Amino acid sequence: MTASNAGLAPAAPDLLRIATAGSVDDGKSTLVGRLLFDTKSVLADQIDAVTKASVDRGMDTPDLSLLVDGLRAEREQGITIDVAYRYFATPNRSFVLADTPGHVQYTRNTVSGASTAQLVILLVDARTGVVAQTRRHAAVMALLGVPRLVLAVNKIDLVDDAAEVFAQISAEFNQVTAALGYRPEQVQEIPVSALHGDNVAIRSENTPYYDGPTLIEHLETVPNTIDRTPVGLRFPVQYVIRPRTPEYLDYRGYAGLIAAGRVSVGDEIVVQPSGIRSRIAKIDTADGELQTAHTGRSVTLLLTDDVDVSRGDLIASVADAPEPAQEFSATVCWLAEKALRPGARLLLKHGTKTTQVIISSLDALFDEQNLAVSDAPESVELNQIGRISMMTAEPIAADDYQTDRESGSFLIIDPQGGNTLGAGLIGDALAPLHLSEAVAV
Amino acid sequence: MTISDKTSLAPLDRAAPVAASADEFTTLDALESESIHIFREVAGEFERPVILFSGGKDSTLLLHLALKAFWPAPLPFSLLHVDTGHNLPEIIKFRDEIVERHNLRLHVAKVEDYLADGRLTERPDGIRNPLQTIPLLDGITENRFDAVFGGARRDEERARAKERIFSLRNAFGQWDPKRQRPELWNLYNGRHAPGEHVRVFPLSNWTELDVWRYIARESVLLAPLYYAHEREVYERDGMWMTSGPWGGPREGETVETRMVRYRTVGDGSTTGAVLSEAVDNEAVLAEVAASRLTERGATRGDDRVSEAAMEDRKREGYF
Repeated sequence: MTASNAGLAPAAPDLLRIATAGSVDDGKSTLVGRLLFDTKSVLADQIDAVTKASVDRGMDTPDLSLLVDGLRAEREQGITIDVAYRYFATPNRSFVLADTPGHVQYTRNTVSGASTAQLVILLVDARTGVVAQTRRHAAVMALLGVPRLVLAVNKIDLVDDAAEVFAQISAEFNQVTAALGYRPEQVQEIPVSALHGDNVAIRSENTPYYDGPTLIEHLETVPNTIDRTPVGLRFPVQYVIRPRTPEYLDYRGYAGLIAAGRVSVGDEIVVQPSGIRSRIAKIDTADGELQTAHTGRSVTLLLTDDVDVSRGDLIASVADAPEPAQEFSATVCWLAEKALRPGARLLLKHGTKTTQVIISSLDALFDEQNLAVSDAPESVELNQIGRISMMTAEPIAADDYQTDRESGSFLIIDPQGGNTLGAGLIGDALAPLHLSEAVAV
Repeated sequence: MTISDKTSLAPLDRAAPVAASADEFTTLDALESESIHIFREVAGEFERPVILFSGGKDSTLLLHLALKAFWPAPLPFSLLHVDTGHNLPEIIKFRDEIVERHNLRLHVAKVEDYLADGRLTERPDGIRNPLQTIPLLDGITENRFDAVFGGARRDEERARAKERIFSLRNAFGQWDPKRQRPELWNLYNGRHAPGEHVRVFPLSNWTELDVWRYIARESVLLAPLYYAHEREVYERDGMWMTSGPWGGPREGETVETRMVRYRTVGDGSTTGAVLSEAVDNEAVLAEVAASRLTERGATRGDDRVSEAAMEDRKREGYF
């Protein structure tokens, strides 16, 4: 599977966006608490607060999971309700971590957390190994094009023949990820004990059979981009900058964030959907002009011709610009309680363009139980993933999600209430699963 | 409301522009680009956005990034300050200087006005932070603001770690953590019904250290309170408080002159200074990097009230 250069700002080598996934009681909050604690990202007053809360609950050691489960309802129920974002840093890298709840039926949260992740840490309990939920999560990661996976085999201290158990779990997981299209260098298995800190920041003496990196070492050194054929420039126009001040009377700049590719002064570009061609006259920032700018940078482009460009348009490289179209097939992860049915009239947000969309048909449903694709459903329900055909009111210039994550993704929005109903991937992201009997539960 | 009559576009507040390089793209560059993207999305999708501006370091950084996002055009937003009446005078002075320098529009919602006509009553403990919520929500409603930028960061507190970048608030200004919209890729959904508004947090992914590193890199001009200076202070609960109309020193508390600086700026009755010798950005950065206390843990009395103080305030409509 090709996985795009992930996330909003992937080009910074000293920043890695990661997410966690795993089942309910596999110790995910403890691992996240351990990552924060061992990287000294938790300060004394926060530790004091957790120690005090742990004592109030009758525990004799600080419960590191309390560092992350912060809402009243979460503490009441002892569970994680919603995605939370954590930050930690080592001398070599900064990390933004999307901490997702463990309930696997909530694909919604996993999808939210993983949509910008360059790496996902999947947790399994060494005593139970790879379970159906692990396979499902791995399949969702493959679908979303997450470039790197780590399998943290937790509670490794609790199994007797640890070397054999770890080898067996690793082999089984490799089989799953290979079937999903991951190459071996994209996947790393690490035996850990989140509770005791083995192989998290400190190499454990209890795992002589493991000679790979600790979790932190791996996170610090793993490449955050991936070898693939890059697409050319994709620049959704966010806002037209027209100062109309005496000093900048004729200034007309197109502001946006480079979603993919790179742009240089002099490049020939095409504006979609109009198809008008022009050249880059200037790349402006508040800090001065640039000759070239890469993916992830917010810039302002000035063109050599006085052409009509506005918010919602896409400035793209001439060589491989996506053709504007109004009919698409796509994969949607449904995030709302109100089910998706054929004929629904909704809103679609792609890049900076929001347009009406009619769902023409529901073509297939992802069968989470068997990791296969089943026949056309009557509806796509909350947390289900389906393939749809749709028609947009205005033309959209989009890439296949498998080619580029940013220009291939969209939101489905309720025109009445305004809520986000679905997460969409242009193209048939489910295609690899047609070949994946090997991963079936 | 104050409207400056200056017409020229002032330069950004810093010593010299930082040379932008295409080759080097760091965490700070990525965070800056993300924040600028968020500002531009709001400008493109909302009718009447406003930046909450307190004169503190986070809102000063917010303003700095907003100015960069629309350069060389003037800022397409106005500012809103909720003045508790207990602000340190240096902060009000700094606020007004910034407004004038950048030719901005400032709306001020005053807690004192609400106390004067009885819409709010002074609390027995004299703390005014909780009293800000109603003037804030009234200010949003009266001006029909539909997007309200705040400088909150997710690293500040566990409840804030759950906050979306675009966070829908109902007509009561309330946050419901269980009914948040999922936020995917860099696609932000700003749809809202009349009467509702969206709180927007462009600094969500910044940490306190990122903020100070960036302030040092860009030479962002901050209120002088953030740097060590001699000040008449008295000690209370391990914090160094300034005397003022908010009360204090109490009996047994003695005023003395100390070298201090502020890590956060807020209501004078609950925000304290820390002992410090850090007189410039580099020294502050070193001090923050070495500190074993969070900024709020060190200097904000209001977060010590209960385990869920922040969550409770957000549910009420405050930040």
